Amino acid sequence: MISKRDVASVPPESKRNEEPSELLRELVAHLRQNRTQLREEWVVRISETRLLTAMTKEEIFAEATSVYDSYVEALETEAFEALQAYARNLSERIIPRGVETHEVVGIVLLLRDVLARSLRILDAYEPAANRIANTVAVGFVQERERVIRQQQEAIRELSTPVLQVRERLLILPIIGVIDPQRARQLTEQLLRGIRTNRAKVVVIDITGVAAMDVTVANHLVQTVEASRLLGATVIVTGLSPEIAQTLVTIGVDLGKMNTVGDLQGGIEQAERLLGYKVATLAEQS
Amino acid sequence: MEVPILKQGAFLIATFQAALSDADLNQLRMGLVQQVVKFRSRAVIVDVTAMDVMDSFASRTLREIAHMIRLRGAETVIVGIQPEVAFAMVQLGLTLEGVATALDLEEGLAYLNEKFKVTN
Repeated sequence: MISKRDVASVPPESKRNEEPSELLRELVAHLRQNRTQLREEWVVRISETRLLTAMTKEEIFAEATSVYDSYVEALETEAFEALQAYARNLSERIIPRGVETHEVVGIVLLLRDVLARSLRILDAYEPAANRIANTVAVGFVQERERVIRQQQEAIRELSTPVLQVRERLLILPIIGVIDPQRARQLTEQLLRGIRTNRAKVVVIDITGVAAMDVTVANHLVQTVEASRLLGATVIVTGLSPEIAQTLVTIGVDLGKMNTVGDLQGGIEQAERLLGYKVATLAEQS
Repeated sequence: MEVPILKQGAFLIATFQAALSDADLNQLRMGLVQQVVKFRSRAVIVDVTAMDVMDSFASRTLREIAHMIRLRGAETVIVGIQPEVAFAMVQLGLTLEGVATALDLEEGLAYLNEKFKVTN
């Protein structure tokens, strides 16, 4: 074991002259030698600070061992790919269990702290350790962002269904807040839906939209016009007073907009346009 | 490249190819406007399915064709506008107002047959 005193007593000038790789080698040897002790200290510190409460003690110990070993290996080889891969893999496993960002950053900083206390040869240690802390934390955040993106995508897909209710009649119920991005996606899906279903009439129901800004309102009008270019008639239903206000404010040409009070009225009008006649069995006979 | 104009019963059909120069468009406009009276056609169908890009000149020409043909006593239906093209046109403010549109050639023919059956 390297005596702390030996290293600490090296005067600053000679330290600078010393090969950094030499220092790093000593550092790695030291970390290898004290593996059991440092690792245990780290795990104890993690439990003390109540981090990773979602995991059992055994799990923490197992993960800590892997992180420690990857950490030492990355220090030795300066190859951070393995550590990156491990960080990603670890993140994939722990994110679904509700581990928070501050916990991951916390445990990496704790390891840094534990090692620094035992070493104090900070010349070689600081930059390397910072880089490792950075790699692990970034790996975690990236994985989390990937999950968020995936979920946003899923929500977006789910939130804009284009439904066929009759031959050549589509319904597009819109619920929630429409931002410009969602508006664009809605339009895309609707226009594609008109083409694949060979729709002649589309009912866009915006009962579930409380308000829309001028940009989105304009986009809605453009969607209506684009649908007409594909040969489909659009009926907009369920405009709230606020949205009606917005449309009037931006001066929409109401000749182009076909609006009906509620979804039922919209479907009835669409059926008339398509030549359907709905009758009860009693009426028919 | 010249656009062929086909006669189909009481209708004329012109099909746009992918890339048309401004000169081709002008020629098509004149051709349609002349032939619509020559063949005593009741309507013209312009099929733009092959156009995946529509510039302002092309879409202005389409509108002009439609209006000129109306002045010559017939009707125009534009068919086959691609979804992406439709939205791009609307964003440029080219909405072909006052011009009938249909999903594709079949729809366009169905629309015209329906329309002229009623008036006959």
